[in-house]
Amino acid sequence: MTLATALKTGDLTQLPSRRDEDWRWTDLRGLIRQVPPASPAFDDDVAAGPFDGLAADEILFVNGRQRHAAASGAGEVVALRFVSATEGTAHAAAYAIVVEPDTTLVLLESHEGQAGGYFSDVTLDIAVGEGARVERIVLVDDDAEAIDVVTAEVDLAPGATFNQTVLTAGARRQRIETRVNHPGAHANVRLDGVYALAAQRHADQTTIVTHGGVDGVTSQLTKGVVDDQARGVFQGRIVVQPGADQTDARMGHHALILSDKAEVDAKPELLIFADDVACAHGNTIGALDDEQIFYARQRGIPEAEARAMLTQAFLGEVVERIEHEGARAVATAWVAARLGRAE
Amino acid sequence: MTSMLSIQNLHATVADKPILKGVTLDVPAGQVHAIMGPNGAGKSTLSYVLSGRGGYEVTEGSATLNGEDLLALEPNERAAKGVFLSFQYPLEIPGVPALTFIRTALNAQRRARGEDEIAAPAFLKLAKEKAAALKIDFDMLKRGLNVGFSGGEKKRMEILQMAMLSPKFLILDETDSGLDIDALKIVSEGVNALRAPDRGMLVITHYQRLLDYIKPDRVHVLAAGRIVASGGPELAHQLEAEGYDKYTVAA
Repeated sequence: MTLATALKTGDLTQLPSRRDEDWRWTDLRGLIRQVPPASPAFDDDVAAGPFDGLAADEILFVNGRQRHAAASGAGEVVALRFVSATEGTAHAAAYAIVVEPDTTLVLLESHEGQAGGYFSDVTLDIAVGEGARVERIVLVDDDAEAIDVVTAEVDLAPGATFNQTVLTAGARRQRIETRVNHPGAHANVRLDGVYALAAQRHADQTTIVTHGGVDGVTSQLTKGVVDDQARGVFQGRIVVQPGADQTDARMGHHALILSDKAEVDAKPELLIFADDVACAHGNTIGALDDEQIFYARQRGIPEAEARAMLTQAFLGEVVERIEHEGARAVATAWVAARLGRAE
Repeated sequence: MTSMLSIQNLHATVADKPILKGVTLDVPAGQVHAIMGPNGAGKSTLSYVLSGRGGYEVTEGSATLNGEDLLALEPNERAAKGVFLSFQYPLEIPGVPALTFIRTALNAQRRARGEDEIAAPAFLKLAKEKAAALKIDFDMLKRGLNVGFSGGEKKRMEILQMAMLSPKFLILDETDSGLDIDALKIVSEGVNALRAPDRGMLVITHYQRLLDYIKPDRVHVLAAGRIVASGGPELAHQLEAEGYDKYTVAA
């Protein structure tokens, strides 16, 4: 049951629906009345991506078709771009990345809506070798009418490090899912997320981390703000398999609701089948603090600016965990722009 | 002498409960006036009504700064006109470094007054100078505003903001609370450095101790929502010796 299958077969019954427990807040079956035509090849130039200038190598997909391969294939910083360039059409793409043992990769991934109302499905397989280190930064900048599903399956070898930050402004319906097969064995995972949603946008960040062996670490922090009639979804599942002792897993999800009609649905889940583990989760949903807003206003900051400043600071805690300096600056400016602030 | 801050017959309620019941007070430019009074007299309410915090309703009377109606303005507009309230309990703002917060405030005030924003180098130079005078480690200004600061550090940060924003009229709400004697001296010196012929101050305090360091020109006693006595600095000493009993009974 995936969007990609439905796009390929034209069979709407293949779409995930609210009857699927893991999709109950991101119903595609109930939304999509018909599968749009397949996206045409698009050979014109596309606008520069958000990480332009930061990566030596670029892998570019336009309308689901790969355009360039990485120039050398061996760069430490690689831009991976998925551009949707045609209005109202559908495409799917799949890509696999193998990170050799003891190497480093910074993956600057962007999903760019350069047209309106498209359907996009992207599937990634990322295999991280022993002792290798990956930082994946995913910036999802979809059109308001787009339907977008991004699924990554991450396999870690012992001693690997995988750090991820997903930043999204949502779409008509959008799901960004990350599944991590965690071997324990001193592998280290950081899975972070930011969502900043307005109007009628929807974003779903779903993660599933399965700890299969002893001595694994996972740290998760997702923060979001929803305004107007937007809807944010966070589903975080950490599974600790029998025998995966000494697992240390922490998950936090915190959201601000800025409007009466906005909604956040959160489901943190810890499924623990091992002994002697340290697992914790925290989930809060609230509003901005009126006392802080008055304090800022008393110092001369107008209310709208005070709200944006406090909101940006709230999300900033996640953005600051991005290690790659250039990407962190891009993410900071992107969040500021979503909140109507110039950096 | 014309008054800078002029409060006439001010009545205010909180959740329909009358707290201020006809406060009349004039503070001329260049002077420091102290407001003393027992707990629950309305001291903090007065500071919040003047600065425009939500939840306080003015039912009668007026408050003007240099002839301009303060009560009609938004809190940030009052700040741009020069009203600064030093909070009894300064807020912590995680994720917003003190430097960013102050620069944002300063530039917002300047924009509201139709002035140019301050350039980054000039701002940093000013911040370094003022922080050194208040014995604030400059690195503290790069951390989230007031986050994890002690009571004394928070009060010093209030004075730093005051010095950077250079307001026309200062309201100090229980600035001495939570300060040890060394911090009290540093904070008082910071406030005294801001005394100027074109600046007025209202110092709200429960105890006379602060007034040994910030010497007032006039002392007023606020009890049960009204000014019940006014006098020179000697009035503060008298209150320290005799307590507020006679005013609370009279009120």
